[in-house]
Amino acid sequence: MTALQMATIASPDSASVAWIVRSLWLIPAVPMAAAGLIALLPQPRRRPAAMLAVGSLAVSFLLAVTAFAHVLLHWSSGAATRETVSVDWLSLGSSTLQMGWVLDPLAAIMLVMVTFVGSLIFIYSIGYMSHDENFTRFFCFLALFAGGMLGVLIANSLLLLFMCWEIVGLTSYLLIGFWYQKPSAAAAAKKAFLTTRVGDIFFLLGMVWLFAQTGTLLFYNHGAGAMEPAALAVLLSQHAAWGLSAAGAIGLLIFAGAAGKSGQLPLHVWLPDAMEGPTPVSALIHAATMVAAGVYLVARVYPLMSAGAGAGTTTVPLTVVAWIGATTALFGALVAVAQFDIKRILAYSTVSQLGYMMVGLATGGVAVGMFHLITHAFFKALLFLGAGSVIHGCHEEQDIRRMGGLRSDMPLTFATYTVGMLALSGFPILFSGFWSKDAIVGAAHHWPVSQGPFWMLLIGALLTAFYMMRQVGYVFLGRWRGHGHAHESAAVMTVPLAVLAFFAMALGLLGTPAWPWFTAFLESRPLAFDFAGFGEPGLLPLMAATSLLVLLALGVGWRLYVTKANDSDADPDVLQTASPTVFRWLESRLYFDELYGATFLRAYALCAAFAAWLDRRLWGGLVALVADGFQALGQWNKSVDGQWIDGGFDKGCEELTTAGGVLAWLQTGRAPGYLRTLALGLLLLLLGLMVVASTLGQVKL
Amino acid sequence: MSHVLSFLTALPVAGAVLAGLAGARARMIALAVSLIALAGSVWIWFSVGTVGRMVFVERSVWVPDLGIEYHLGVDGLGAMMLVLAALVTVISLFASRSVLRQPGLYFGLVLLLEAGLFGTFTALNFFHWFLYWELSLIPAFFLIRLWGGPRRGPAATQFFVYTMVGSVALLLSFLALFVATGGMDFLALAQLASTGELHRLVEAHLGHLEMLLACGVLLGFAVKVPLMPFHTWLPETYAEAPTAITILLTGAMSKMGVYGLIRIALPIFGRELFALRGELLTLAVLTVVAGAWAAVVQKDLKRIFAYSSINHLGYCLLALFAVLLPTAGDPARTLSASAALDGAILQIFNHGLTAATIFWFLCMLEERSKGALLLDDFGGLRKKVPVFCGLMGIALFSSLGLPGLNGFVSEFLIFRGVFPLAWQAATVAVLGLLITAAVILTVLQRVFSGPLRDRWSAMPDLTLTERVAVAPALVLMLLLGLVPQILLGVINPTVLHLIDGWRF
Repeated sequence: MTALQMATIASPDSASVAWIVRSLWLIPAVPMAAAGLIALLPQPRRRPAAMLAVGSLAVSFLLAVTAFAHVLLHWSSGAATRETVSVDWLSLGSSTLQMGWVLDPLAAIMLVMVTFVGSLIFIYSIGYMSHDENFTRFFCFLALFAGGMLGVLIANSLLLLFMCWEIVGLTSYLLIGFWYQKPSAAAAAKKAFLTTRVGDIFFLLGMVWLFAQTGTLLFYNHGAGAMEPAALAVLLSQHAAWGLSAAGAIGLLIFAGAAGKSGQLPLHVWLPDAMEGPTPVSALIHAATMVAAGVYLVARVYPLMSAGAGAGTTTVPLTVVAWIGATTALFGALVAVAQFDIKRILAYSTVSQLGYMMVGLATGGVAVGMFHLITHAFFKALLFLGAGSVIHGCHEEQDIRRMGGLRSDMPLTFATYTVGMLALSGFPILFSGFWSKDAIVGAAHHWPVSQGPFWMLLIGALLTAFYMMRQVGYVFLGRWRGHGHAHESAAVMTVPLAVLAFFAMALGLLGTPAWPWFTAFLESRPLAFDFAGFGEPGLLPLMAATSLLVLLALGVGWRLYVTKANDSDADPDVLQTASPTVFRWLESRLYFDELYGATFLRAYALCAAFAAWLDRRLWGGLVALVADGFQALGQWNKSVDGQWIDGGFDKGCEELTTAGGVLAWLQTGRAPGYLRTLALGLLLLLLGLMVVASTLGQVKL
Repeated sequence: MSHVLSFLTALPVAGAVLAGLAGARARMIALAVSLIALAGSVWIWFSVGTVGRMVFVERSVWVPDLGIEYHLGVDGLGAMMLVLAALVTVISLFASRSVLRQPGLYFGLVLLLEAGLFGTFTALNFFHWFLYWELSLIPAFFLIRLWGGPRRGPAATQFFVYTMVGSVALLLSFLALFVATGGMDFLALAQLASTGELHRLVEAHLGHLEMLLACGVLLGFAVKVPLMPFHTWLPETYAEAPTAITILLTGAMSKMGVYGLIRIALPIFGRELFALRGELLTLAVLTVVAGAWAAVVQKDLKRIFAYSSINHLGYCLLALFAVLLPTAGDPARTLSASAALDGAILQIFNHGLTAATIFWFLCMLEERSKGALLLDDFGGLRKKVPVFCGLMGIALFSSLGLPGLNGFVSEFLIFRGVFPLAWQAATVAVLGLLITAAVILTVLQRVFSGPLRDRWSAMPDLTLTERVAVAPALVLMLLLGLVPQILLGVINPTVLHLIDGWRF
């Protein structure tokens, strides 16, 4: 009983900590409890399941807003904006392993975003999944997901974060494979779990290394946490390998985990396949929240990633993050140009945008990357839910070649989708994506190490606007190329779209150079409105340049896909006609899956076959050899005196088994042979005993 | 009070006699006895507390001339082993629903096996410890031989001969130790070893034999766990044994080896094993990785989880061999060693619980499929048996090491401990985590997902009784995953006490 008490009672200084900080654990716990309750509900209870899920997330949302207000209040009064609570989890050697949660601006803003977007998507799902036979189970998984995701956000311990991270991965697996009867869905679910687990293996190693070096896994703990100067100094002073400090090596290992979750090259292959899941899942998990968890993780361990960086220099981990992010951003945008599945275009767009966020973190700091994470969450959720509405309206059609002209049939979806598309493209001034993406491009421009990522992001921005114009052209403009008649979705689906559309525009106001609320809030600095923010050297020309690029790309897209829109679903794409080879490469996602199939998966299969061979032939063969030797010995032994002993034993056994009544069975089998072996073994044992006993006699007695 | 452990060990023996006489009602009697034994072992567990030393000690002279004493006692480790053995026996008995032939003999043998396990985990003198060690082998042999699958004969023999070879090696080593020291008490020998006196005595009486003796003891345990390449008996045995008996083999009997390493091999032969540390770590990594990889190509569900068991116990071995390092005076190293050992002991329990539950589900699947257990036999079962799928899924994810369930905590602690002590081994062994995940997800995919096969269109889902029966095991997995302190609160003091006495 003491064990239980020890684990559940919060450690001291709870008196001085505000109620909301002490109760922060409720934010993930409420949806998790709801998931548990839904799981216990009898299957067809739809209304209670949906109510429980939506209701629990609404409660979490209210708590998140309270927590946010708490941080806001502290910020404006100039008090410390980071508060932690620690709990003893288990005793380890002469120390204890603590876990706990943290409330700081980073956690607060993410909590509000996830609970808010999550609530909207939950509501939308009531409509989207209304005809599904496993409606109840769907909401159970969604609620569990929300709990895990919120747990990731409040964790003040790398271990707690990792645990919630894996629970999130589990729900992602369950929801991708939600339509389990489709073999492709089951395969995609497995692929997602395993690919992210490749990253998680490195994450785990980084975590145990960090734990071993610093003795703690808490991020912040009044100066004794792993992300605080004392621990970082220790890590920096230790040499790992290849000129890396322990801090650098651990940072890279943790980033590998983040790369797996956030679909960064070369671990991106699972994310497009994850679109096999229901569309609300794609919106919530594979666009707005879970895939951003990797970005959040990097932001959370930013002190470690940037440890040792001085003015005008950066660290190895951050350099790697920047290059991987930029490559991913460009790769995703390129591949998205040549896709025909409405959700896959968005999936590659997500891959690409996550790359932007990573570059933002690496070159501009936490606030730059996180701002794009937040704006992206809103407009990408909007786009996915819009795509879901389209798919619903077109009777589960996902190929954009068999759509077209939907603007008149689905006006609400069209209007909101256009907002999302312009936000993603970074359309100047009016849309949030413009401000957040421009901050990243600007930061990359000022990066001291190289201009490579900057140029890659610029090309990516151009492509982004282009592929989104292409998609909207195919889907909403031109003429209808599908079958049947499309219809607008119900209000339970369109209202969330409208709300998200509002935020896809309005959120940009929080991060303009004149009023950088977001940065000031995250960094707990004073904030003032000042147009001089635009006066930073090179800022306005860069903004003008990116705006021009975006407008140019939209124009070209309009010309190719609206003015000259295809009339039939059999017509090839304009780019396909222009350069079939390049298009085929892009359409085939640069053959990454084939490459992995030919290398890693083949090596895996070969190793497995080798292990099995080793088992059967080598070890098994050796054993057989030894056994044969003993058998020969036994034969010889038998010819000398085995008859008597074996016979006696067999007889004894027979009597025993007769008593048991299994004699009939024994006679059909070959039991006596084995019993003889048994007897031989016992005989050997006895002989050994006798030999040793006689030696004993000489020595002792 | 003072004879609690003797009484606990005698209880299943008495139960075995009763069950043997009861005939058709043997299962009920066996269940009742095993539940009482479980309650008793849980009570012992809670009474052990956080002292870390041996408690419930019973000690009386038996054969003074031969240094044989009747010496029993448990610390946190022993008490946990008792709870595990009792729990796994209960699970096995629950799963043995469809034993129709000779129930009296079957359930009697199961209880005898339980008595052997209890004796092994409480005995502190080699003499009667070895009797129990062998006693548990004989019922297992007959249970496999008489109730097993089509190839039960060779499987049972292989199992018996293999473990017997290990046992003989063990026996000879201990007899030699007796020659050298005049005693066979584990604690006394460990005490001698920690001061270096044992080494001197062996040298004086037997010459340079200590390495050979250490290898003999190691072999005995390596076969039982198993450590590759001494594992070839296992897949065949697990596959051919009746599934309910496989529960006992993997859940409790394989743990005898790990227990023996911690209680006997490491304290007494620590110095010699330390000299072999590199080789042993290599074999442990091989066990982890090759065990997992060999599971990939298996077709039979029982064989898949047999190899998966090899893999999971490989982590225990990895931890035990990694701690074979002098720790004195280095707090960081001591902490890592205690983490590894905490993890290994926790892993014993977690794997026992999880593997027993998985084989229990296989048992129920086997009843529904009329014996079919090949991966290719199934597909899409989730449509017909959603509750079965969901509950077995929990056990499978526990085996995969999903955080929030029990398996993760022990694997995390093992890697936490092993990484600073042997980072190369830890780095290669994490591969096992990935492969195990692939194996388990493949099982989920091939058995439960995809289109439903026609031949299973009438498969019944779990009955209410079955749900109620498996629920405690699943709840325990969740509880131990969230509040591992329940076990660690008692294990950790024991580990500190153990490490304190070890000298490598």
